Amino acid sequence: MENNLGAAPIATAPTAYTGSIKSNIRDYGMLISLIAIMAFFQVMTDGTLMRPLNLTNLILQNSYIIIMALGMLLVIVAGHIDLSVGSVAGFVGAVAAVMMVQYEWHFVPTVIAALLVGALIGAAQGYFIAFFRIPSFIVTLAGMLVFKGLALALLQGQSVGPFPVEFQRISSGFLPDVFSGESLRLTSLLIGVVLAFLLVAAKLRDRANQVKHGMVEEPYALFAVKNLVFAVIIVVLSYLLSSYKGLPNVLVIMFVLMLLYHFVTTRTTIGRRIYALGGNEKAAKLSGIKTERLAFYAFINMGVLAALAGLVFAARLNTATPKAGLGFELDVIAACFIGGASASGGVGKVMGAVIGAFIMGVMNNGMSILGIGIDYQQVIKGLVLLAAVFVDVYNKNK
Amino acid sequence: MADAILEMRGIRKTFPGVVALDNVNLRVRAGEIHAVVGENGAGKSTLMKVLSGVYPHGSYAGEIHFQGQERHFKGISDSEKLGIIIIHQELALVPLLSITENIFLGNEQARHGIIDWAQSYRKTQELLRKVGLKESPDTLITNLGVGKQQLIEIAKALSKEVKLLILDEPTASLNESDSDALLALLLELKAQGIACILISHKLNEISKVADAITILRDGATVESLDCRKEAVSEDRIIRHMVGREMTDRYPKRTPAIGELALEVKDWTVHHPIHPERVVVKGVSLHVRKGEILGIAGLMGAGRTELAMSVFGRSYGQRISGKVFLHGKEIDVSTVQKAIRNGLAYATEDRKGYGLVLDQEIKGNITLANLPGVAHGIVIDNGLEYRVATEYRSKLKVRCASVFQQVVNLSGGNQQKVVLSKWLFSNPEVLILDEPTRGIDVGAKYEIYTIIAQLASEGKSIIMISSEMPELLGMCDRICVMNEGRFVGEFTAAEASQEAIMRSIMKSAKAASEN
Repeated sequence: MENNLGAAPIATAPTAYTGSIKSNIRDYGMLISLIAIMAFFQVMTDGTLMRPLNLTNLILQNSYIIIMALGMLLVIVAGHIDLSVGSVAGFVGAVAAVMMVQYEWHFVPTVIAALLVGALIGAAQGYFIAFFRIPSFIVTLAGMLVFKGLALALLQGQSVGPFPVEFQRISSGFLPDVFSGESLRLTSLLIGVVLAFLLVAAKLRDRANQVKHGMVEEPYALFAVKNLVFAVIIVVLSYLLSSYKGLPNVLVIMFVLMLLYHFVTTRTTIGRRIYALGGNEKAAKLSGIKTERLAFYAFINMGVLAALAGLVFAARLNTATPKAGLGFELDVIAACFIGGASASGGVGKVMGAVIGAFIMGVMNNGMSILGIGIDYQQVIKGLVLLAAVFVDVYNKNK
Repeated sequence: MADAILEMRGIRKTFPGVVALDNVNLRVRAGEIHAVVGENGAGKSTLMKVLSGVYPHGSYAGEIHFQGQERHFKGISDSEKLGIIIIHQELALVPLLSITENIFLGNEQARHGIIDWAQSYRKTQELLRKVGLKESPDTLITNLGVGKQQLIEIAKALSKEVKLLILDEPTASLNESDSDALLALLLELKAQGIACILISHKLNEISKVADAITILRDGATVESLDCRKEAVSEDRIIRHMVGREMTDRYPKRTPAIGELALEVKDWTVHHPIHPERVVVKGVSLHVRKGEILGIAGLMGAGRTELAMSVFGRSYGQRISGKVFLHGKEIDVSTVQKAIRNGLAYATEDRKGYGLVLDQEIKGNITLANLPGVAHGIVIDNGLEYRVATEYRSKLKVRCASVFQQVVNLSGGNQQKVVLSKWLFSNPEVLILDEPTRGIDVGAKYEIYTIIAQLASEGKSIIMISSEMPELLGMCDRICVMNEGRFVGEFTAAEASQEAIMRSIMKSAKAASEN
């Protein structure tokens, strides 16, 4: 199997190509599916899907799911599950609403306090799961009931709102445009272009580092084409958004978090240890990893992200309702599994979960535009979840 | 020809890109014990899957004749109906069901779907007597040791009127007395006319019971030997298995033993669930730099428990005793501290405790020493790759690349990954628990070479093994453990299988007299 490129460049070059293309298709299979689904709805809705206004809405509608999916992915990779995130998001939204509306707190301390409440909830649940070894399914099922009930009690069955304008901007605000462009927000477009450059630069640096250590197997042309496509996609998307109101604030939050979690899971020791914990807890433990503490942290992290999602959702509706967060956990968990996470732990990618969330989001949005009723939407979403996991399992067994 | 119960002719089985079996012939006569041997990956399991119908007729080329007729098995149930029953290495018993329930699982003694428990119980008693077990049929499987579970599997096979029994590595996880009991049972079954195919790595057992031996190498039959016509030496079998002369089964080494390294004093450990049971009773041991210390003993003697409790209290409770390294007391209360203080423990259970199977070779090698390939908390991918490739070539891990998942490696290569992991944590004392379990002869030699190499580099090695020849071949000193105590100590020159067994027996006798 050891291809010696120097000795037989002609014979091995084509196999290197097909091999790399195959592994790319495996890695980017979900992304390709997402693009195919988007293309499908783009055609079916006569171009409505990718209109700047709709694209912006798509991001706003799915932001809180994606934020929670980042935390859920870590929980699932660690070999657990969290059913309480929807209730926690609703409860934290309610807490923030009461603070701002009834006690007239400023929104900054409110946000901080709300995130702390989320951390505390995560810690409480994680404590039972990690140190007392009560299955996470049970602990978070209890949490789901408890916080749904507490949210109801706190709001006394009423909706509480509206919120200060600054708080609403978390969800409904856009990046200010320094060029005061009328039809095109240049700042947002510029940010997109710069990001595309940074991405390509980072990839080039990675590759240079890999070449230095002799670990490159992917042909250069493929690498170049792939990154060019990514860069173009980023620029086009930011162009589309710029021609409406620019980049939404929440997209910025989401993007930063995505990068952060991607980095943590792929490049840091703590990320690697979480994968080891989920893959084989006993082996991880015998390798000197503090497995209990790690699971505990994963739940604290989940709590904070659920709280953030609760704030984003409340800010978007401009009111906290007792029904907020209902059923979110299912979308979040589905996003992770569509994105290739394994229910038995140890396997899953942050970008997969994000793509999984977008697949669900695009389908919701596209089917609504097409006027498909909420009944059949659910049927179709359920089947897509099953199909995605089936394809994944099938590919692995092959 | 007439007396052959089974004949497999010209079996050829291919998987995409690989020829797993090519022109394999196997002829088992009625009422004989027929051993099938070969290195891991030689095609033994594939052959048995072809025979039992896991790979249905049509997915392979060649013919299977059983009891004089050509057979086309479409699934396991077809072959079971004719009395071909296979017992896999990983036992297929349900731990929380009773012996009776397990024996008749899928074959319930029932009328109109209602189970006749009285009859099941009676039949189970009868079967247990046949296999020489005195347990009550109501005992839960989880309360039995592995040896007895193996016998239950055989009882289950007997309940189905077995004609040809296939055993895949039945003694791999058994101690010597359980193994002997199992082999005796096979001889008894043979006397009743049941033929048996025995797949095993343990050549001494094969020479004890086998009437015929078929040797596979790289998916082909290399030799069929008839032990009744000629005496077959172990060396001859090994030569055919590996396809090369193996004059020495252990690497030569000139021990360079230095100063005292690790010392454990008065180590006592209680059982994690039943605190009144003392598993390790006041054991003291020491090992020097460059020394290989062997710990012999039967299964359940407390060797693994001793090692794991020293390694960061990974086993047991109410642990007392002291650990010294180079004369200074060290803290081994957590795994992290034990590793930091220069200990490493390579487990006897590679898949369960040693490896993250879904992960790449690379990630497994660096797992115990991630800071060694990271700047702060950020892993340096290039450095990690270089470290992994270095160990890959140093320990000769056979793999396509270090990005391969360890689940796809053979047992020997997996063990090399486990060793790589602990070498990268740079220990002074390496505790190796059954380092060659389930590994074929060729790979064993490589593992021995690595161990010898480490000792010559000045590491202290503690080697726990149930295979006495390997302890005798490798160790400078051997301690014998029985029922939680050290009951004997031998230098390499004094040690012999008999001496070790004698000290175990003597201590067992002394214990029973008290």
